[in-house]
Amino acid sequence: MSNFFLAAATLWQRELVRFWRQKSRVLGVVASPLVFWLLIGYGSNDLARFYSGALVLTVMFSAIFSTISIIEDRREGFLLSMLVSPAPRSSMVLGKILGAATLAWIQGLIFLAFAPLAGVSIRPLELVPVAAAIYLISFTLTGLGFVIAWRMESTSGFHAIMNLLLVPMWMVSGSLFPMSTAHGWVKALMWVNPLTYSIALLNHTLRLPNAAPGGMESLVVTAAFGLLLFLASVIMAEQKATHSAA
Amino acid sequence: MIQVQNLTHRYGDRSALSNVSFEVRKGEIFGLLGPNGGGKSTLFRILSTMMVPTAGRALIAGHDVVRDPAAVRRQVGVVFQTQSLDKALTVEENLRAQGHLHGLRGVVLGERMARAMERLGLADRRRDLVETLSGGLRRRVEIAKALLHEPQVLLMDEASTGLDPAARRDLSRHIESLRSGEGVTILLTTHILEEAGRCDRLVLLHQGNMVAEGTPAELRARIGGDVVVLRTADTALLASKIEQRFGVRPVVRDGQVRVEMENGHRFIAEVVEAFPGAIESVGLHKPTLEDVFVDQTGASIE
Repeated sequence: MSNFFLAAATLWQRELVRFWRQKSRVLGVVASPLVFWLLIGYGSNDLARFYSGALVLTVMFSAIFSTISIIEDRREGFLLSMLVSPAPRSSMVLGKILGAATLAWIQGLIFLAFAPLAGVSIRPLELVPVAAAIYLISFTLTGLGFVIAWRMESTSGFHAIMNLLLVPMWMVSGSLFPMSTAHGWVKALMWVNPLTYSIALLNHTLRLPNAAPGGMESLVVTAAFGLLLFLASVIMAEQKATHSAA
Repeated sequence: MIQVQNLTHRYGDRSALSNVSFEVRKGEIFGLLGPNGGGKSTLFRILSTMMVPTAGRALIAGHDVVRDPAAVRRQVGVVFQTQSLDKALTVEENLRAQGHLHGLRGVVLGERMARAMERLGLADRRRDLVETLSGGLRRRVEIAKALLHEPQVLLMDEASTGLDPAARRDLSRHIESLRSGEGVTILLTTHILEEAGRCDRLVLLHQGNMVAEGTPAELRARIGGDVVVLRTADTALLASKIEQRFGVRPVVRDGQVRVEMENGHRFIAEVVEAFPGAIESVGLHKPTLEDVFVDQTGASIE
């Protein structure tokens, strides 16, 4: 059991060290949602409305960026030696997802520094639930990235999924328009979209408007989705390969 | 130490390995020689527990690679053809992470790391980022990494690919000292003849089939005598004429006619005499592993 955590911890640490040595990554991940948010927020004179969506986008970009590296890393990189080590695959998945989620979380926290622009003031004690919510969302989105990346042969396929699945998923999550004003099938899509609950969870903890669905419901759905994705990642990683390296 | 029994693998319809069997003894340096696509990499992936074979089985140190991969992984160090180091980390950090994956930690890990780096001449580079190292040095870090958990068997896939001749010699010196110093059994895949020639024993793989097995000397002796290489304008014509007249079996390849035989020097005199003006150049050499491969398959390795 101690070996399980040792392996997971070393992978988690590796993600952080790599991140620390490539600080320019932060800029890339935080800058585009920030510009996006400022343009659309100032343009519509409603920065508060788009704040949670932009923060989740930051987290999503970071999570995708980290998990996309699995594709290359497995063919030519450190993941190769993990695959032939006696460390359980589940510890490898846990370390990778916790590490990548931590990076996404840090970038989400950087974005949080711009909250006063949206008229949100956070007292020190309130920071705890907010930070916890951002970590949970980071974990969930990293799990989503892992499940997508694990079976992929090339990074170009990931970009297609990003544009066709992840970005549309983000658009109908309450990031741009609230569920209450959505029409027909889009509303139905929003209702089944797990990201909707992530955005609502943030709106709740930041006391921003458009916090529907409810707080507890948002928390439970986001956590359940995260757990589900984590388990799916473990199951996928434990499957034996009969084809190329995996 | 390694037993491969009737190993067969197919990727969909394509057969990559058919019915390969051999045994590697403890402390041996054993080579899998063949061209790219010959089945070496498939065999390597199966032995390193990365892939499950279609049929047959393989045992390493008594453990089945399919049924008990965890036990195999504890006994085996793997050096990949592609890089398996994290370039953003230092030599030391890479080794420490690898040690953790094998459940090593603290003082024991520190000692193992120091020894592995010492043995491969990396001690003064321990704090360097891997991305700043040359290809040869990176290869040595890979080996140090594979040895941390003191495996009985080292599997190396095309370990000398991309290295210059000096780094290649340096690498084989390290491999030899591992075997003689620690009694590590080494299985390596290669398409480089010089490297194959330094192995204790070899298996020749071609299109997934085992075409020969033996020591480099035994394999060369299969051909016996000499190899005569003739250059001419019309190779097919010359080959058929030689076959009629001398009753030998010439092979045409790369614009040359090759003949294997005893007393090649006498044959040269006769063949030049027999076809005046038709032969542009004549060469004679003792059989190489390449000749053995050509003899067995009609194809070349490199």
